[in-house]
Amino acid sequence: MTQTTKTDFQWRRKHLIGLRELSRKEIEFILDTARGFEEFSTRSIKKAPALRGKVVVNMFFEDSTRTRNSFTLAASRLSADVIEFTKTSSSVNKGETLIDTARNLEAMGVDIVVIRHGAGGAAHLLSRSIKACVINAGDGFHEHPTQALLDAYTIRQIKGTLEGLKIGIVGDIAHSRVARSNIHALTKLGAEVILVGPPTLMPAQVQNLPVQVSYSLDAVIDKLDVINMLRIQFERLGGNLFPTVREYSHFYGLTVERLKKAKPDILVMHPGPLNRGLEIESEVADGPNSVILRQVSNGLAIRMAVLFLVNQAAVLEAKDSLP
Amino acid sequence: MKETAPSILIRNGRLIDPANGVDQTADLLVADGKVSQIGRLPAKADIIIDASGKIVSPGLIDLHVHFREPGDEEEETIASGSAAAVAGGFTSVVCMPNTSPPIDNATSVEFVHRMGRQARKTFIYVMGTLTKGRAGEELSEMGLMAQAGAIGFTDDGSGVQNTAVMLRALKYASMFNRVVAQHCQDDSLARGGVMNAGYNATLLGLPGMDPLAEEMMLWRDIQLVKKTKTRYHAQHISTAGSVQLIRQAKQEGLPVTCEVTPHHLLLTEELLKDYDTNYKVNPPLRTLADVEALRRAIQEGLVDALATDHAPHLKSEKELEFLAAPFGIASLECALPLYRKALIDPGVIDWPQLLAMLTYRPARILNISKGTLGVGDRADITIIDPDAEWTIDPNRFFSKSHNCPYAGWTVKGKVLYTIVAGEIRYCAEGYAPCPC
Repeated sequence: MTQTTKTDFQWRRKHLIGLRELSRKEIEFILDTARGFEEFSTRSIKKAPALRGKVVVNMFFEDSTRTRNSFTLAASRLSADVIEFTKTSSSVNKGETLIDTARNLEAMGVDIVVIRHGAGGAAHLLSRSIKACVINAGDGFHEHPTQALLDAYTIRQIKGTLEGLKIGIVGDIAHSRVARSNIHALTKLGAEVILVGPPTLMPAQVQNLPVQVSYSLDAVIDKLDVINMLRIQFERLGGNLFPTVREYSHFYGLTVERLKKAKPDILVMHPGPLNRGLEIESEVADGPNSVILRQVSNGLAIRMAVLFLVNQAAVLEAKDSLP
Repeated sequence: MKETAPSILIRNGRLIDPANGVDQTADLLVADGKVSQIGRLPAKADIIIDASGKIVSPGLIDLHVHFREPGDEEEETIASGSAAAVAGGFTSVVCMPNTSPPIDNATSVEFVHRMGRQARKTFIYVMGTLTKGRAGEELSEMGLMAQAGAIGFTDDGSGVQNTAVMLRALKYASMFNRVVAQHCQDDSLARGGVMNAGYNATLLGLPGMDPLAEEMMLWRDIQLVKKTKTRYHAQHISTAGSVQLIRQAKQEGLPVTCEVTPHHLLLTEELLKDYDTNYKVNPPLRTLADVEALRRAIQEGLVDALATDHAPHLKSEKELEFLAAPFGIASLECALPLYRKALIDPGVIDWPQLLAMLTYRPARILNISKGTLGVGDRADITIIDPDAEWTIDPNRFFSKSHNCPYAGWTVKGKVLYTIVAGEIRYCAEGYAPCPC
């Protein structure tokens, strides 16, 4: 019989679609679980047997380097077999539907599907259609839960807590899944979130979200403990959301000059990839306040934790369904 | 062998004929395809239907359906759509021209009529497009289509974006005394959207369609109607703002009419939370405030007609990502109880008012002499059990498609018989005598 640690909390979700549906307790549980995986990177043999004999498929319908490699490495560190599946277009363009593709993979015995897709709701659709666990690695401009978890993890790691912190998210909020997941996670963990950007980049009825909104970075930068600079996603913008890159940069770019107005211990974050010189100056991105690379390292621990937990939930579910 | 259709005596029903202000218990005799007598009649006819406790209404008219033929016959054909129509109590329907290829010429209009005659279920009418290929650029051959029997014109599925083209279309159409109908939607505000723009779209991360997209085009068109005086019909209006525009236009005495669908009276954008594509429609489901505004508009008499916007799609198409799935709900066969649920149960209106919007008022928009049940009128009749409870099961639809968000709903109100031109073309299971 295997020994299990007794806690008052049992993780029961076999899918991770978004952070909106998660409670503060669940989010904290993932972060706590990730802490156990953090020291893995420093070991000489970076492997654990938690997912031995399991198959993880990375279904990426959109380009990604960071997230895909992070998931691949996380899965292999847990000893899973990993299938890489790439299709840069939406499934319908090629005739086979997303559900068909997933069902085919499932027929090969896949246990966990990590999906990135250009359509909001794609991960949700999958979770309803197949038996395997589904982890959302970014869907349209809906959610990107592991990114927000690693952001929260990084902040907690350095600041000790998120309670009472003021966190600015700057840029294209309307088209950002990172921003949505961040808003849910950070506010649930007790932080105050201020969205910064022009009104054309704010989502509809943003006032209903538990956040503050500012159109001026200069007006709020001195209050912030953390600033999360979003990438300007040229591929998503329909055009005409702001006049020129130059003007955007002038008002919302994080420059050395602007950073001087901030608290000296402000954390500078960015989900990557960076548009250097546009939303963030190189010197800031590589400067002492930047925790951008730390975010990447922590991403690995977070993804290991998530893979570990959803698998555990699936195992529990299978046990429960035994007669 | 009889040469004429058998006579039908409908006994003791609640005869509701809103056009003639009739709401009384009476017998009604159908002979030679017409209503031949009304009153207390001797029990002599080939077929006798006991309609005690049932409503006997003029046949229902739906001025907005999509039967997908030509082009997408796997989703629906004029034959399968017609069968669905009579099962829903509809004796006349108007097919929209956004087929592939679109109905933008006289030959296509004739084709639809021919398929309708062959199906021999319900009367099939068709609107032609306003512009060639529904491209919104050049006027289509409206005159030739009118001669071939097109009952009106619309580019339904999308609105005519170019204001100059729309102005010309209204001017040109005015000489044929046909209605011009519009799917009001400004593409520059709605393009790429898959649901109502608002807080729920923000949470779901789906691109939204601003209510203004509908209201801007409706406002623009009303200005054009002021100039042209052409009869204009706003299709499936869905927002509180649109209601306000219709109210103003009517107050000014403009020849503007509008329709509302069952889903915009019953469902809200909240239902999209699980990305269920059965709720993906265009115009999109709006907020509760919009639903309430539409219901109030109906109570005030501002809404001229109810229309299903029956839009069948295959399961495989609806099983796609929310962004990729097509818009539309198939609802012909359950529309009547849905209207009851949305409008009669909450006390918005009563049966005669509801049936008015499903019979003579759409007929008036279309300029056809239908939707009435006087002696000598064509015998298009729907017999309804207003209180029969049943559960909606799309798998039992006559429609080829089952994209219906009402699956599993228990509803009240059932169509028992649909009589078209004096013949029983549909009777509900277990309601013999039925020669059909």
